[in-house]
Amino acid sequence: MLKNEIERVLTNAERLNDQLGSFLSIERGHALGRAEAIEDAAGELPLRGLAIAIKDNICTKDIRTSCGSRILANYTAHYDATAVQRLNAAGAVTIGKTNMDEFAMGSSNENSAFGPARNPWDPERVPGGSSGGSAVAVASGVVDVALGSETGGSVRQPAALCGIYGLKPTYGRISRYGLVAFASSLDAIGIFGSSAGKIADVLGIIAGRDPLDSTSADVAVPDYSAMLDRSLAGKRIGVPRAFFGEGLDEEVRAAVDASIENLRSLGCEVVDVELPHAKYGIAVYYIIATAEASSNLARYDGVRYGVRAEDAHELRQMYFKTREEGFGPEVKRRIMLGTYVLSSGYYDAYYAKAQKVRALVRDDYAAAFANCDFVLTPTSPTTAFRMGERSDDPLAMYLSDIYTVSANLAGLPAISIPCGLSSESLPIGVQLVGNYWAEGELLNAANIYGTEHPLDAKPLIHAE
Amino acid sequence: MDVKKIAKLAHLEITDEEVAIYTPQMEQIVGYIEQLNELDTADVEPMLGGLTAAGQATDAIREDEISTSLGTEAALSRAPASTDGHFQVPKVL
Repeated sequence: MLKNEIERVLTNAERLNDQLGSFLSIERGHALGRAEAIEDAAGELPLRGLAIAIKDNICTKDIRTSCGSRILANYTAHYDATAVQRLNAAGAVTIGKTNMDEFAMGSSNENSAFGPARNPWDPERVPGGSSGGSAVAVASGVVDVALGSETGGSVRQPAALCGIYGLKPTYGRISRYGLVAFASSLDAIGIFGSSAGKIADVLGIIAGRDPLDSTSADVAVPDYSAMLDRSLAGKRIGVPRAFFGEGLDEEVRAAVDASIENLRSLGCEVVDVELPHAKYGIAVYYIIATAEASSNLARYDGVRYGVRAEDAHELRQMYFKTREEGFGPEVKRRIMLGTYVLSSGYYDAYYAKAQKVRALVRDDYAAAFANCDFVLTPTSPTTAFRMGERSDDPLAMYLSDIYTVSANLAGLPAISIPCGLSSESLPIGVQLVGNYWAEGELLNAANIYGTEHPLDAKPLIHAE
Repeated sequence: MDVKKIAKLAHLEITDEEVAIYTPQMEQIVGYIEQLNELDTADVEPMLGGLTAAGQATDAIREDEISTSLGTEAALSRAPASTDGHFQVPKVL
């Protein structure tokens, strides 16, 4: 009985949420109703009864979408995001909405207005972010697959810190309609999975052109599941050694080196590549992402939806108070940085400059892909850090994304694959970046790697 | 860096306490992003929109046909205040 299976998932979600904080809402009534409807539904449903968790910045009709923010604490969308609509049509069941850094701004999930999510491998440590709740929901065994979103690594980094698979597809692969905008030229919906195969199942359903997102590309969607078991023999793995520098934890370096040897023994050829501008990725990112955010978040003004400050008797005062009370510190900091880099007299020095260096980052990858199929790096320079450790130092937090941001800047697909545990039993991830539209090749590589070299441990806190 | 002035441009009413926290943090971040100045980009074409060749080629033009839209009642249903089919705000002047 599908209903019993969904009941089991809901019970696990509810039981673990006090310890892990992975869900902002668990939609028991909705999920059981869906299970009943799907049980009786005729016809072929490719994802029939698949329990899924959805990041709380992806709109769901009649279910709250808060973006982890006080300013949207009461917001319920009128419509489903295209990705959600396609999941529903395929028979998937939304279990709940997951915790996240406010408006997807953060790398630890500590910036949620509703409290942090915790890493199931060690609840005193962060799960990564910004899609921390979705990563925890999968890593703790509540669901096998969850949707997250990426602007600079917000799926891959928490996937690495929680020991699961996390895919960011090519820009334009999955419609952004209904994904609450942070930085529109970087944003992408991403997918977490307990295996590469689970991600392939879901990507095949939600990918593809959508007339409601003009940046979604009209590129054919291949049968990703059919590609999973292909041999990796002869695949060329490009390793940008010069980029494995300062700030890279020695245990992470050792695990990534071991994964390179594992890929070699699976028949891959390892070649040197250079990404001379990748080290500028964080600087470029924090200009472009904050500039776009300052514009996108202007819509939160207490007029059309969301929370309005009380005791404001004049319009401008209402705007100022609503935004002061509604946004948390990291969101304010980024709105102000974006306002600064776009302000009169600074545009050329910051934004225009960043767009040019962004082109150089993209061109580095184009040159690398002339000589290899995948570029391999660590996903995160460290394992999961302790809660509070980086919260007073925004720049140190930003550097968590050093290996992930460049794929967003270039619009390329990338996947994080679990590749080992540290001496403290904390997961380590290795990242493969592919050429445009190479999601199938990335999932193939992740599937073969994970089948041959699975993580042989489960997190401390895990579902029954 | 005049954080108070930037906050005003961004419609944020921040406190003096917040200014004291944000000013050194934002100065440090701006100092970090200024490392881009070490690159000569005079001959580089900036990367704008349509990140992939396929994305650039996507045809976003459609026939101008009337279709259903949200409607006034639904559009106003999430508003903190509305009156007579309009969003309502405190007095402007």
